Amino acid sequence: MIDKKFIGSETPVRTFEVERYPIRCFARAIGETNPIHSDEAAAQRAGFRSLVAPPTFAFCVNMMASDAALGQLFREMGVSFLNLLHGEQSFTYHQPIVAGDVLTLRSRIVDVYEKKGGALGFIVFETAVANERGERVVDLRNVSVVRN
Amino acid sequence: MKPPGFESVLLGSELPALTLPPISRTTLAYYCGASGDHNPMHVDCDFARQAGYPDVFAHGMLSMAYLGRAVTDWVPLDRVRSFTVRFVAMTQLHEVVTCTGRVAEMLEVAGEKRARIELEAKTQKGVTTLKGEAVVALQ
Repeated sequence: MIDKKFIGSETPVRTFEVERYPIRCFARAIGETNPIHSDEAAAQRAGFRSLVAPPTFAFCVNMMASDAALGQLFREMGVSFLNLLHGEQSFTYHQPIVAGDVLTLRSRIVDVYEKKGGALGFIVFETAVANERGERVVDLRNVSVVRN
Repeated sequence: MKPPGFESVLLGSELPALTLPPISRTTLAYYCGASGDHNPMHVDCDFARQAGYPDVFAHGMLSMAYLGRAVTDWVPLDRVRSFTVRFVAMTQLHEVVTCTGRVAEMLEVAGEKRARIELEAKTQKGVTTLKGEAVVALQ
């Protein structure tokens, strides 16, 4: 059982510089061939400053920027990757993520609850992502499921 | 031929379905590296067995990325306002995922015409793995 005291816990504020190569790799890994993710000229013709990230890349930014911070928080909660599943994922977009962005991520646990008489635990994270100009880029909401 | 565009979308319009190649271990290894999601559950069968699963299984976020492709094949990426899924069932190795979507609602938010698309990912066995929705701007 996860202690409700973790509601409100925050990871340290993290920054992440978006480079071209990870966008290209991610597009390739998901089989996305639209050149706006790999070809600078194509991205600019489509109206973007540089290579643009596919919509779910925002989740990767969160993982890449905060692998250690999130791992630490899960350890403190007594949650192992062995028992962890992804329950829900939500993105609210304000603008696309583009190569060259320097993103700031703020994550906090907004809820912890149980179902099935405690057999399943749920941890709800929210992450706000902004760019170097202080503009909102994307908000993430992530529900993790813990098999107790 | 180009499918009917989002400019002329109507309630009930369907997105062109997207069927992916079978999920291979290579797909999962590549996604692990490229996504920053290093949970060993998806690439290390020893770890998966220790956790009580017969083998590695696909990242839920890989299928969400596929659903995202179905959406952005149809509407420009910068018109996607929100995208949400529930992970309903696991996607196993070698399964073939198909992504579909259907316009379920036309709405107007802050003067912007939008469509809410109901999305689903299914395996070749007909098992629903992800259910969700995207809201996209139409103009």
